[in-house]
Amino acid sequence: MTEENGAPGVDGQEPSRRDFIYIAAGGAAAVGGGLVAWPFIDQMNPAADTLALGSIRVDVSPVLQGSEITVMWRGAPVFIRHRTEEEIAAARAVELSALPDEDARNDNLPAGTPGFDANRVLRPEYLIVKGNCTHLGCVPLGLNANTGDYDGWYCPCHGSHYDTSARIRRGPAPENLPVPDYFFETETVVKLGLSPEEASAAGWTVSENDGAVA
Amino acid sequence: MSGHSTYEPKTGFTRWLDSRLPIVRLGWDSFVDFPTPRNLNYWWTFGGILAVFLMIQIITGIILAMHYVPHEAMAFESVERIRRDVNFGWMIQSMHANGAAFFFVAVYLHMFRGLYYGSYKAPREILWILGVVIYLLMMATAFMGYVLPWGQMSYWGAMVITNLIGALPFVGDAIREWLWGGFSVGQTTLNRFFSLHYLLPFIIAGVVGLHIWALHVPGNGNPLGIEVKDTKKDALPFHPYYTVKDGFAIIVYLMIFAIFVFFMPNVLGHADNFIEANPLSTPAHIVPEWYFLPFYAILRAITFDIGPIDAKLGGVLAMFGAIAILFVLPWLDTSKVRSMRFRPLTRWFFIFFVLAALGLGWCGAKNPDDYVLGMEGFKFLYLAQFLTLYYFAYFIVILPVLGIVEKPKERPASIEAAVLGNA
Repeated sequence: MTEENGAPGVDGQEPSRRDFIYIAAGGAAAVGGGLVAWPFIDQMNPAADTLALGSIRVDVSPVLQGSEITVMWRGAPVFIRHRTEEEIAAARAVELSALPDEDARNDNLPAGTPGFDANRVLRPEYLIVKGNCTHLGCVPLGLNANTGDYDGWYCPCHGSHYDTSARIRRGPAPENLPVPDYFFETETVVKLGLSPEEASAAGWTVSENDGAVA
Repeated sequence: MSGHSTYEPKTGFTRWLDSRLPIVRLGWDSFVDFPTPRNLNYWWTFGGILAVFLMIQIITGIILAMHYVPHEAMAFESVERIRRDVNFGWMIQSMHANGAAFFFVAVYLHMFRGLYYGSYKAPREILWILGVVIYLLMMATAFMGYVLPWGQMSYWGAMVITNLIGALPFVGDAIREWLWGGFSVGQTTLNRFFSLHYLLPFIIAGVVGLHIWALHVPGNGNPLGIEVKDTKKDALPFHPYYTVKDGFAIIVYLMIFAIFVFFMPNVLGHADNFIEANPLSTPAHIVPEWYFLPFYAILRAITFDIGPIDAKLGGVLAMFGAIAILFVLPWLDTSKVRSMRFRPLTRWFFIFFVLAALGLGWCGAKNPDDYVLGMEGFKFLYLAQFLTLYYFAYFIVILPVLGIVEKPKERPASIEAAVLGNA
């Protein structure tokens, strides 16, 4: 049985010229439709000015040891705690197996880096983490109100407890509070939004870090 | 029940119009001479009530948009200005906010009506599915609308709900950022929510058109669940019989609405939403609007991992699943008998289903770790988990099984026979 023209090439027969035109036209329409749709979808992603605000400078010298500040970065809170020796020691004494989330969650380091305290700070005395609970985004309470059972942060919404390295220890939050990209410009000036590597590549002065363990 | 049209244009103009755009004929056939079962009870009036509330929401909403400013620094203040300074703004804002609540009351009663009388069964599956689509659109609209006043509950409700999307594996974070238009709920989020909140009601109106179209093909169901066989005997023209009945119900419902609008405009709201949004401070107890509470309870009931699905994603899936399951309900219920009047066993399970839904709403409003009625050890979490189980079991186990094992009662021969007794 032969197909003269027009009928689709069923039963393993040779496709006709018309089949080719159908498929080519359909393919072109699909690709064209996708190309047209993309700008209308992508416009909802963060705009250039929003991205430009992605990097801010914070002077941490007024933050006394044993206190913390919250800064707004990218429209959301970032905790900066100047930790005491005891807090650092407590964070470093924790076994990896005691952590519900064993990942360092450090944007400066690759995923899968173990969640030791040393992998979550550049300088051990300054702990810098994003301040939205990894459960549903509430802002955990800290030294100002309630540090929870592990002396770090406590989220009042659904009861997540974070330790002095801001790692989740108990409660519904699935992950540690993430460490943002940042580097020290000087001893006491932090720039949020760029990792040390990105910063040096971009020509920023990067102060020596003394706590990072890759 | 689209049959032969009985419309007869009487004047020269209506004859001229009818042969060009038969719009008067459409209205006549749909809302005047439409044959409607003669035994509809007041549970059937909520469709009309819902149409009225959709209109109330659209009209008050368009007016509010004339005064509202979708900017993170001005939104809260502009709503307060509407409530205090704009002429009759206090009334129009109250109508819109309470109107949303009354819209949901009516839609829930309309849905329970459908569940009880089997309105979702053949040949009305598409009608039912369109209704679920409308319900989903309503939820999206209400959620975005609640964000607009930019109070603490607005902001943190938006935060919690958008963060749920982040629970999706791989693509969650990217979608969340795409929804936010930034790295957190903020100005861009508020602005687009305003745009979409304005758009969606018109989409709802469009789907309502389809819903009514799909209704007018088989015609209304009725409390007996048997079809109209003889439109002369079993049915009545929609006008005046049901325009009057619907009209009466609409007036009664509007009277209750007026009590809320004028005498307790804020009773359904939350005190925290009178504090302007603050991204640095989370309210101690975030709760959604009351009409989302049952689903919020289901979300929080999943506190355990299910295989590879962690608790957070599991909660999100259960919450959306609780609505998605309504789409396949017509095929889950295996019984051919529509009305639960003739299903003595299923009727009880339905009553428990209603109680479970209300109970879930109660759980959603409470702290999961508190004890139910002060009973030591019996946390709201456990109650929510039990009721969630029942909610899903009703659809997945009870309805499919009972349709096979239950022996339904004898049904009357016709609507006329049942109503007038002269078969």
